[in-house]
Amino acid sequence: MEVKVLANHKNGLVHNYLIRPVVNFFRDNLGILLGLLGLCVALSFLSPYFFTIENILNVLRQVSTNANLALGMTLVIIIGGIDLSVGPILALGGTLAAGLITNNNIPVPLAITMGVAVGALLGMFNGVIISRTGIAPFIVTLAMMQIARGAVYVYAAGQPIRTMVPEFNFLGNGYVGPIALPIIYTVVLIILVSILLNKTKMGRYIYAIGGNREAAKYSGINIQRVQVLVHTLIGAIAAFSGVILCARMYSGQPTLGNGFELDAIAAVVLGGTSFSGGVGRIGGTIIGVLVIGVLNNGLNLLNINSFWQLIVKGFVILLAVYIDISKKKKRLKQ
Amino acid sequence: MIEPILLEMRGIHKQFPGVYALNNVAFELRRGEVHALLGENGAGKSTLIKILAGVHSANEGEILVKGRPVNLDSVHTANAYGISVIHQELCLVPEMTVAENIFLGREFQTSFWKMVDYRQINERARKILALCGPELQPEAKVSDLSIAEQQMVEIAKALSINADIIVMDEPTASLTNKEVGLLFKIIKELKEKKMGIIYISHRMEELFEITDRITVLRDGKYIGTRETRNTHREELIGLMVGRELGELYQRNYQETSDVVLEVQNLAKKGVLQDISFTLKRGEILGFAGLVGAGRSELAQVIFGIETFDSGRIYIEQKPVEITSPSVAMSHRIALVPENRKEQGLVLIKSISYNITLTVLKQFVKFIKTDHQKEFNLVHDYVERLGIKTPSIDQQVGNLSGGNQQKVVLAKWLATKPRVLILDEPTRGVDIGAKAEIYALINALAAEGVGIIMISSELPEVINMSDRIMVMHKGSIAGSLIRDEFDQERIMHYATGGN
Repeated sequence: MEVKVLANHKNGLVHNYLIRPVVNFFRDNLGILLGLLGLCVALSFLSPYFFTIENILNVLRQVSTNANLALGMTLVIIIGGIDLSVGPILALGGTLAAGLITNNNIPVPLAITMGVAVGALLGMFNGVIISRTGIAPFIVTLAMMQIARGAVYVYAAGQPIRTMVPEFNFLGNGYVGPIALPIIYTVVLIILVSILLNKTKMGRYIYAIGGNREAAKYSGINIQRVQVLVHTLIGAIAAFSGVILCARMYSGQPTLGNGFELDAIAAVVLGGTSFSGGVGRIGGTIIGVLVIGVLNNGLNLLNINSFWQLIVKGFVILLAVYIDISKKKKRLKQ
Repeated sequence: MIEPILLEMRGIHKQFPGVYALNNVAFELRRGEVHALLGENGAGKSTLIKILAGVHSANEGEILVKGRPVNLDSVHTANAYGISVIHQELCLVPEMTVAENIFLGREFQTSFWKMVDYRQINERARKILALCGPELQPEAKVSDLSIAEQQMVEIAKALSINADIIVMDEPTASLTNKEVGLLFKIIKELKEKKMGIIYISHRMEELFEITDRITVLRDGKYIGTRETRNTHREELIGLMVGRELGELYQRNYQETSDVVLEVQNLAKKGVLQDISFTLKRGEILGFAGLVGAGRSELAQVIFGIETFDSGRIYIEQKPVEITSPSVAMSHRIALVPENRKEQGLVLIKSISYNITLTVLKQFVKFIKTDHQKEFNLVHDYVERLGIKTPSIDQQVGNLSGGNQQKVVLAKWLATKPRVLILDEPTRGVDIGAKAEIYALINALAAEGVGIIMISSELPEVINMSDRIMVMHKGSIAGSLIRDEFDQERIMHYATGGN
């Protein structure tokens, strides 16, 4: 039984960068894509307003924060970790930037850089502790969740900090044509993170570490460095998202971001990323984000109150992940 | 006297998508018999066992237990018919006691409050252990036991459900010789009790020692059944492989010259003591010894996985500080680790992904991947090592043991090592793949690679090595040149003689 036919390898820019990713995207995410489609079709019938350009752009803007966090969370979950501290880091990054602008008259670009840098630092701290001490990521980031939340309360004395600088506020409220700026940041981020995960050595190392840590170590991969990098990145992304959100609200909000980590995790899981590590795609995560966003939007349009929305969301997540898992089991059992 | 038939499997067919795993396979087990299932990896042994265990169901065929046709649709049903499988990877809860593990899921309860009745559990466990592990305490924690002792617990578990058909899948794979002796004693006792044992092992010598009959499968087909006392090694290999196998060990000895690796007085507290040796270009240096003698630990130290306390390592006469695997790789040292599934491979990823993991920088520059170069590299190694696969995008977890081992070898050959450390390079690999791996090792030595080969299979070390180091309790107990190679001498050193 000498089977020696090897895969036909087509090499070409179009094939590698366009056709293959698109085909893979549809193949990997067929189930949840159909779910999203079904949801959209149903809502189009239930609410005449749903399928309008205005509403769609609105949904995209609303999901941009969760999309950013979920991008970072995808990397963290693929290496077999978790980050619970994104919500508070988001609040700290944004509030710090707002405070520096309002209270210290620091120029906007510098203030934003500092806000994002603090987020990156706290993320790095997570990564260093996780990789050097072996304390579980869940515990380390749970602690950081408290630390960062406490820090932002201390910094802002528990009060919102209003920002009157128009350039700053524009970053969250501005438009390019009909498209809100936050959507554009998110698109850029999607591209950057996709490149990191799919085109670089680091991306392959991320999968290797999640897929089999021991084998990654034996392959000469510096696991600690990858862990620190991924956590630094998600810290920076969270703080940046906080800056944009604060700019949109004309103020630094120390209470911002409560429960954001759970929405991000839910989106990643909906997108088919495995909690056991080594498996996951950016494309899936984006669809997961959209499912949650469309669901929120639809329930709002249908005037279902937000308490009920939580219940519905919870069940949808359970259902979607259950379908995903049973599909995989079937494939294994065949 | 011929014992009654305990189990009969007839005309078993099993198809997986694209694969005909079993094609009209028959098997029969008598009371008081040890019946071996023999075949190369991928021959269908595991599938047949899984059908028997109720994990898979056959597409066609008949299974009779004690003459009654049965439908084994779940593990539970299989257990109810007295079938128990002891897997190669033991399934015990490490933090629980021996007794708790034996009765896991079937705890006795006190009549009052329905609490777990530990006294009864321990009492019953003691009775069962008297049969298959008299030295074991029911109250002992499983994590404190050796692998051999854990196996006894598994056997006790099988006995506790009144199993009389016990399947043992590679039970000796991680046992020392002494432990194997103990296991065989237990198996003989089970035979006395008129139980039937299905025994799977790649170690041919064992089959002749313990089994009564041997059934050979090849490519999912039933090839034949032989009485153990009426057959011999060559016949069995012929049946398994289905073709003439050339000389298993191929070795062109040659003059070796310059020293490529030198280790001086290497020590690590409690693990390694005063290890010194040299390795020349093109030389195969065998490391023999018992499990736990420190051979794998030595490999891990040289490769930078583990630290050491004192001593020096020289590469081509220059002292080097190896602080991590990536430093070791920069000195062109490679380690094919002992356990391919845990240390060697990312099983959920493709062949291509795994082979290139060590050499990504050759064709991934920042965000630009040279896919053609990557493909060529992978393709070359798949061809050269004869990795049997429909595609280089095949998930490694779906390959047979031999092919997985070849992928690990490929991954390290791709780094073009000058020092190649092979830790148990043919463990759990079928005989066909073994011969191919030996040929490859021989070819690498001929190219000038210095090779350290750690192996617990004495015939392998003796036939492949230029020199043999024997380790015992973390030190080198003896060093032998080719004229001095001798099984007994090696065992003498390995067990602490001098």
